[in-house]
Amino acid sequence: MSEPFLIDELLKIRGLEVDFDGFKAVDGVDLDVKVNEVHFLIGPNGAGKTTVIDCVTGMTKPTEGSIRFDDVELRGKKENSIVKMGIGRTFQTASVFEALTVEENLDLAASFRFSMLKLLRQRRGTTDAVERALEDTGLTDVRDKPAGTLSHGQKQWLEIGMLLCQDPKLLLLDEPVAGMSPEERTRTGDLIRLTAERCTVLCVEHDMDFLRRFADRVTVMDEGKILKAASTVAEVQADERVQEIYIGKGRGIEEQTQEAGA
Amino acid sequence: MSQFAKSFLPSTRGEWSSRATFVGVAILFLFVFPAWLSDSRLDLMSSYVAYAIVALGIAIAWGNGGMLVLGQGLFFGLGAYCVAMYLALVEVGGAPNLPQFMTLLGSQETLPALWKPFNNLWFALSAAVIVPVALAATLGTLIFRSRIRGPYFAILTQALAGAFGILLIGNITLINGTNGITTSFSEIFGLKLAEPEDQKVLYTICVIALGVAFLLSRQMLKSRYGRLLLAVRDAEDRVRFLGYSATKIKVIAFATSAGLAGVAGALFVLVGPKIISPASVGIIPSITMVVWVAVGGRASLAGAIAGAILVNTAEFEISSAAPEYWLYFQGALFIGVVAFAPQGLAGAATWLKSKITSRGDSGATSTAKPVEEAA
Amino acid sequence: MEAILNQLFAGVSYGSILLLIALGLTFTFGQMGVINMAHGEFIMFGAYTTYVLQEVLGKDQITYAFLLSLPIALVVAGAMGLLLEITLIKRLYGRPLDTLLVTWGVALVLQQLARDIFGANNVEVVSPSWLDGGITIAGVDMAYNRLFIIGLSLAITAAAWVVVGKLKQGRRMRAVMQNRQLAGASGINTPSVDRRTFFLGSGLAGVAGVAITQLGSVGPNLGTNYIIDAFLVVIVGGLGHLRGAVIAALSLGILNSLAEYWSSASLGKVIVFLAIVVFLQFRPEGIVASESRGLA
Ligand SMILES: Nc1ncnc2c1ncn2[C@@H]1O[C@H](COP(=O)(O)OP(=O)(O)O)[C@@H](O)[C@H]1O
Ligand SMILES: [Mg+2]
Repeated sequence: MSEPFLIDELLKIRGLEVDFDGFKAVDGVDLDVKVNEVHFLIGPNGAGKTTVIDCVTGMTKPTEGSIRFDDVELRGKKENSIVKMGIGRTFQTASVFEALTVEENLDLAASFRFSMLKLLRQRRGTTDAVERALEDTGLTDVRDKPAGTLSHGQKQWLEIGMLLCQDPKLLLLDEPVAGMSPEERTRTGDLIRLTAERCTVLCVEHDMDFLRRFADRVTVMDEGKILKAASTVAEVQADERVQEIYIGKGRGIEEQTQEAGA
Repeated sequence: MSQFAKSFLPSTRGEWSSRATFVGVAILFLFVFPAWLSDSRLDLMSSYVAYAIVALGIAIAWGNGGMLVLGQGLFFGLGAYCVAMYLALVEVGGAPNLPQFMTLLGSQETLPALWKPFNNLWFALSAAVIVPVALAATLGTLIFRSRIRGPYFAILTQALAGAFGILLIGNITLINGTNGITTSFSEIFGLKLAEPEDQKVLYTICVIALGVAFLLSRQMLKSRYGRLLLAVRDAEDRVRFLGYSATKIKVIAFATSAGLAGVAGALFVLVGPKIISPASVGIIPSITMVVWVAVGGRASLAGAIAGAILVNTAEFEISSAAPEYWLYFQGALFIGVVAFAPQGLAGAATWLKSKITSRGDSGATSTAKPVEEAA
Repeated sequence: MEAILNQLFAGVSYGSILLLIALGLTFTFGQMGVINMAHGEFIMFGAYTTYVLQEVLGKDQITYAFLLSLPIALVVAGAMGLLLEITLIKRLYGRPLDTLLVTWGVALVLQQLARDIFGANNVEVVSPSWLDGGITIAGVDMAYNRLFIIGLSLAITAAAWVVVGKLKQGRRMRAVMQNRQLAGASGINTPSVDRRTFFLGSGLAGVAGVAITQLGSVGPNLGTNYIIDAFLVVIVGGLGHLRGAVIAALSLGILNSLAEYWSSASLGKVIVFLAIVVFLQFRPEGIVASESRGLA
């Protein structure tokens, strides 16, 4: 972490509302993410978690509410300027540039502050940030392979690696271990631990094991609303309403996890 | 500076071989063709060389950027008309005089205001590039900003070419409508367009222009920008959420393709049929330009050049032998290449090269980098 | 004022032709995401169907030939569309731009085919005598043939509405359009729905072709004159929405005719184009936004 932050809450969401043609996908959400914490956002499918991330990153325009990052309002800003303020995100299904090599993927991510003129120059060699990301993600051996040939897990790591190249202040991860094998989960966990050392993380994830290992605080959403505001993992697990939205819908959190992983 | 100089030295075997190919093809065009082809065929070849420059732009925008440009005839036409207006004035001895067709029509008393600046060669030449680029940049910004892409973008460009064609046809008194502007009896830089010796010089100018356009385009595609363009083609959102303006990236490619089409149009009126009319700029010529690139291999610059020259040669041969078959042939070419061989000639070349090298040494170069494929 | 009313009528008349053409596209482009550039040639073959029937039935059976050609053109063009779907388009799923180019190739072949069969020159289709002439209401000259086309267009739109909104076939089509995988998983035979949709969409092009014979002569390039405007209707209307298509077709028809009236025929198209680009700045997803994801 280079510069000090002005305030304690790096991300401060107040009264967020998203209306899709009369359907409120997000309905009055308040959320605080503190500097340097790993904050988990959980809730059943369709709770509105991805939509919250979409709002923070400018992909979806909220109908109401405010989103302040480092005390600056994000609403109305363009996607790319939000990224330049230091917010990176992954997508629920890993999105990398399949026609480009792993190294080129990382290099493009690392060059995001270049002027157009500089971008028009040919690349010679790699930067330290790219080398470090290759190491962090364990993709050094496949650096010259097209990203399209990577496995599902490797693509997720590459995507996180690309964001790490950008040295973000806040990283938003949308279900980073969904669909992964147990070994892949462990490696992803290591990568997220590394990430957490460098920046604040807001992670959407069902995996309870994951939650227990990494979460500093957890917020639970259901049907567009906050069901339980930021609390510790133990508090969340003990909360009856939280159990109910999982169990009451026929399944336990653990089973839900299984399904998310399947 | 030494860094700059070094960038011209090949560093890998692949680069050496592509450089050798470039020199070989340059010799073919600059020395073999002029010696081998008849005067009139060489003059026609000049127009194919001009077409190849349009094709480069399409390979950039469509092959690399995923923007199917179906209206390149518009930009080509703008470049062509800009220079043709200059030539038409030169033919009658300069400005206050009316171009031939106006005198014949008898519809104008004095030279229309639109025509006046085109009395100046440098104005005409710069307008031939600047007008297409500015138009493409403006339209591109509007279209890409509102996230219109894919088939929607393609249809809008096609509609634009159609509207432009109709606009030209309707303006009889100003730019001679359907008949267009003939330039055969004019001259530029003291070169007479009807003179075979001067036509050879014009041919060389076209070839050099193509060579320069190719090298610049190749540089563009090999740069980080070129990678970004592919990235936008395949995952536009990811590019945006890495902090880039996808709109800007696309607009640059679209405007570049328009600029190349403008240059091509400017050269086109100097050579070959020496006429520009709505028949070469509307919807059908525009999509024909895309066929050349599809045949050559959409993402490959070398392929685009080969496609433009081969398809046009084939068109000339077939339609002078059996005109009624050309459309069948062209349609079949379109269907066959796009549906069943989307990599075109470039794909075939890569396949062939990998066959040859894998026989020589086992697979050292078999992972042909996309960079080289694109060049 | 009368001049403007006349222009309005001309615009509505042109709009209703666009609507007839765009209806078919609403099915093929809207539902399946297929840009079929040969749609214009299906129109052309629909028009030639009328011509052939007139030639076969003779000069004294003009009315029968004309009325009979409506269903026959539907089947002829529909069959052509079906053939295209089975042989080429099916293979190109998920490659919309390639589909556009391939079907353009098909269009070229079909145009040349028409030239070889019917000759390069345009042929004349005789109008039934009850479509000759017209009436003048409030100073607006309304030709019967144009009124007929407006009526036909309304009737077919209404029929399409019923098919899509009420019938089982239409429900399947909408299901496939909204979520192909889910529809497939819930037991709908999606390839078969695709084929029917394509048959219907292309068939409507044939019907539009029959209607167009009443406005002028028939030639191999008949379709190309309309196809781009019809695609613009679908884009402006919003993908796959009948309501959007109706509004867009009429607006574009009227805009076309007014723009041509106030400027010139040649500048009119440019003005319409610019208007569309400006409109899309505010509503990139068209008049009826796709969030409600319906065909109706
Ligand atoms: N673009 C959209 N249009 C309409 N509804 C949407 C859109 N995006 C998401 N939704 C709906 O909003 C709700 C919340 O979705 P999402 O944020 O993806 O949930 P989660 O990520 O928690 O599973 C879901 O019911 C989803 O169907
Ligand atoms: Mg989600």
